[in-house]
Amino acid sequence: MSDTSIWWMIITLGIGTFLIRFSFLGLLGGRDLPDWLVRHLRYVPVAVLPALVAPLVVWPDATGGTLDPARAIAALTALAIGAWFRSPLSAIFGGMAMLYFMQFVIQ
Amino acid sequence: MGSAYWQGFRAGAPFVLVVAPFGLLFGVVATEAGLDIVQTMAMTVLVIAGASQFAALQQLNDSAPVFVAVLTGLAVNMRMAMYSASLTTHLGKAGLWKRVLVAYFTVDQTYAVSINEYEQQPERSLSDKLAFFFGTVSPICPLWYVFTYVGAVAGTAIPAEYALDFAVPITFIALVAPSLRSLPHLVAAFVSVAVALSLAWMPYNSGLMFAAILAMISGAAVEKRMGAAA
Repeated sequence: MSDTSIWWMIITLGIGTFLIRFSFLGLLGGRDLPDWLVRHLRYVPVAVLPALVAPLVVWPDATGGTLDPARAIAALTALAIGAWFRSPLSAIFGGMAMLYFMQFVIQ
Repeated sequence: MGSAYWQGFRAGAPFVLVVAPFGLLFGVVATEAGLDIVQTMAMTVLVIAGASQFAALQQLNDSAPVFVAVLTGLAVNMRMAMYSASLTTHLGKAGLWKRVLVAYFTVDQTYAVSINEYEQQPERSLSDKLAFFFGTVSPICPLWYVFTYVGAVAGTAIPAEYALDFAVPITFIALVAPSLRSLPHLVAAFVSVAVALSLAWMPYNSGLMFAAILAMISGAAVEKRMGAAA
């Protein structure tokens, strides 16, 4: 990827992200959002992030795009810890710990 | 620097434990993706939203065009429209430049800590609420910049056996997992994964957008049905 495309990405993502954050604070004042819109916005993270992650887990680049048991088990571990303890930080550490453990065991 | 500022500072401080490793990781991943230190720091300061920065880089690495990378990053950040809307009820009457600053510093942690305080003490004055918000910003956001820099400088020294390629998916899973304890969230996540995997053949990861939109509609529909049944 070229320098120009990197700078375009940085600047447009920066401006776009600011406009998302400023949207309602900037324009709405004290008024409320329609219920249907709030209801959809609530599911944005859980709609975007799993779609982004699923192919990375099932077909990781590091193993040439074939399913890697160590990475798959590490992903499921992070998922279970995060859902059970409701703590992103423990999920990250637990998932990476499982990945190192599985790589050690499998090789 | 009144007491509201320091209350916010103390409430935000524990999140340094999340922000520091995440910033470090972004610095490492960005330099590995081919960004130099100036570009890495420009991205971290201008965008200041970790998950979307990882997502956009991932897309560029998969040789998606710039506009697809940017759209993906913006899709990840759409949740902040919701943050903006809910902060508006408390901070909407602040002056324009203060609202600009609040908007720039609205990240998951500053938002979550501040809104929790506002909901417990809605009667506090506007200036106290603003001071509290900037209190939460003080330990969190500067450290995000600093640790990105450390990661960018140290990055190439980290060996491949550490499998840092997989730290990004693990981090996204970790951010989503805590919300998977309600039926609508579970349904949305399931639809998101199923559609993303079955549309993986589409060019430039564009299947992601379809997956996200269908998942959002599914989550909202299940929530509405459950509300109607209750």
